[in-house]
Amino acid sequence: MNDETIICRCEDVKWGEIRKVLDKGYTSLNEIKRITRAGMGRCQGKTCRRILLREIAKYHKKRIEEIELTTFRPPTKPIKLGTLAGDDDD
Amino acid sequence: MIKKADIVIIGGGIQGCSIAYNLAKKGIKNIVILERNTCANGSSGRCGAGIRQQFGTKMNCILALESMKIFETLSEELDYDIELNQAGYLMLAYTEKEMKQFKKNVALEQSLGIDAKVVTPGEAREIVPPLNLEGILGGTFCQADGNVNPLYTTFAYAEAAQRLGVKYYPFTEATEIETENGRILSVMTDKGRIITSMIVNAAGGYSGPVGKMAGLDIPVYSQRHQILITEHIDLLWKPMLMSFSENFYFQQLPDGGILGGYGDPQNEVKGDNIESTWQFARTMAKKMVKLVPILKDVRMVRQWAGLYNMSPDAQPILGEHPELKGFYLSVGFSGHGFMLAPITGKLIAELIMEEKTSISIDKLDIGRFERGELIHEPSVV
Repeated sequence: MNDETIICRCEDVKWGEIRKVLDKGYTSLNEIKRITRAGMGRCQGKTCRRILLREIAKYHKKRIEEIELTTFRPPTKPIKLGTLAGDDDD
Repeated sequence: MIKKADIVIIGGGIQGCSIAYNLAKKGIKNIVILERNTCANGSSGRCGAGIRQQFGTKMNCILALESMKIFETLSEELDYDIELNQAGYLMLAYTEKEMKQFKKNVALEQSLGIDAKVVTPGEAREIVPPLNLEGILGGTFCQADGNVNPLYTTFAYAEAAQRLGVKYYPFTEATEIETENGRILSVMTDKGRIITSMIVNAAGGYSGPVGKMAGLDIPVYSQRHQILITEHIDLLWKPMLMSFSENFYFQQLPDGGILGGYGDPQNEVKGDNIESTWQFARTMAKKMVKLVPILKDVRMVRQWAGLYNMSPDAQPILGEHPELKGFYLSVGFSGHGFMLAPITGKLIAELIMEEKTSISIDKLDIGRFERGELIHEPSVV
């Protein structure tokens, strides 16, 4: 992995951007998400969350269990506004 | 953990960070910010991103106008791109009463130098081509309104403040405030005690409980407001769309995601619940698809909630508390705290330095409620 490696495909966030945030002294997944948008795209972090947790732990020399998860927000899968607005799918 | 500070700011959101930055710029050295989670984890990072100058009271108009002036050069000032996007706000009227209020608002705004205008339904559609005009009687438009990235803006203030020497403690919660004879002695945190004679309550949705720590009743309460955001799509229109009577706001952000929300103050329980509900997503989707029908095929990817910290007249409470020397309030922003923070942070810093404030804010003191001098803001969603 190098600075050009793409970590979050949905928001096009490279490892270099994440590393810079960690270099500044930030420690949490929540901060990384808010500063880089990693995990805020279409898949909502399903792809990059595990990689991020592993790399934050490695960077700060912690165990992966010590890195707090970000909130899992609904919906589980993207859903069309037209479907949500419809009356026939309760 | 530091043992002693000149000023302790409770709350590391946009208010706390803007106040700290403005104080540090004036040369104050020993400033501490206490944030129990991360920067922008509370209402600042959960807000709708909109910044506007179209309000119904002179006070809010002046504050918003001055705040916008700061936003316009803030990326350079803080050396952080906050993604300012002056795409405008289009306010829509659905009732005669609302149209009348809008005309009054525009007259007030124009008299203060805000470039807002009344628009016909036809003109509204010229500004936003995919608009369904059903039920719309007209509206108002201000091109200089728009949005910024609230996360970047909050971190930008926090980092700029730290470069000037402010100490920012994330994951550090204020738990007690020790006072004696109307003076502050110290703040207790979950990481130790800080001796100080000055505190700023900038705790947003939790400013009521922080007041109680100091033995003070602040007439604010918090209430959940929810938001959803869609996948990124090509730009369909530019301005924020907002209606008070139909109760919604939504806009397309520069990255293509459409963000929208509404509040339900009549039915929402007061408190700090920030769970998301399915009912919200469905109702919001209905409102969006009705006004802009082509949105029916756009997908929601996420929803969340945050707290409005409401004051009795929907205007902020700013200034020192009369019963506790050195205890400053920057609370009760009632849903427009993010957009006002650049100016209110500056004003609170001026108050603390005992300077003449650049805008007179005597009337926003906590004493106005006892005096019965409320300044009701009609234009909040």
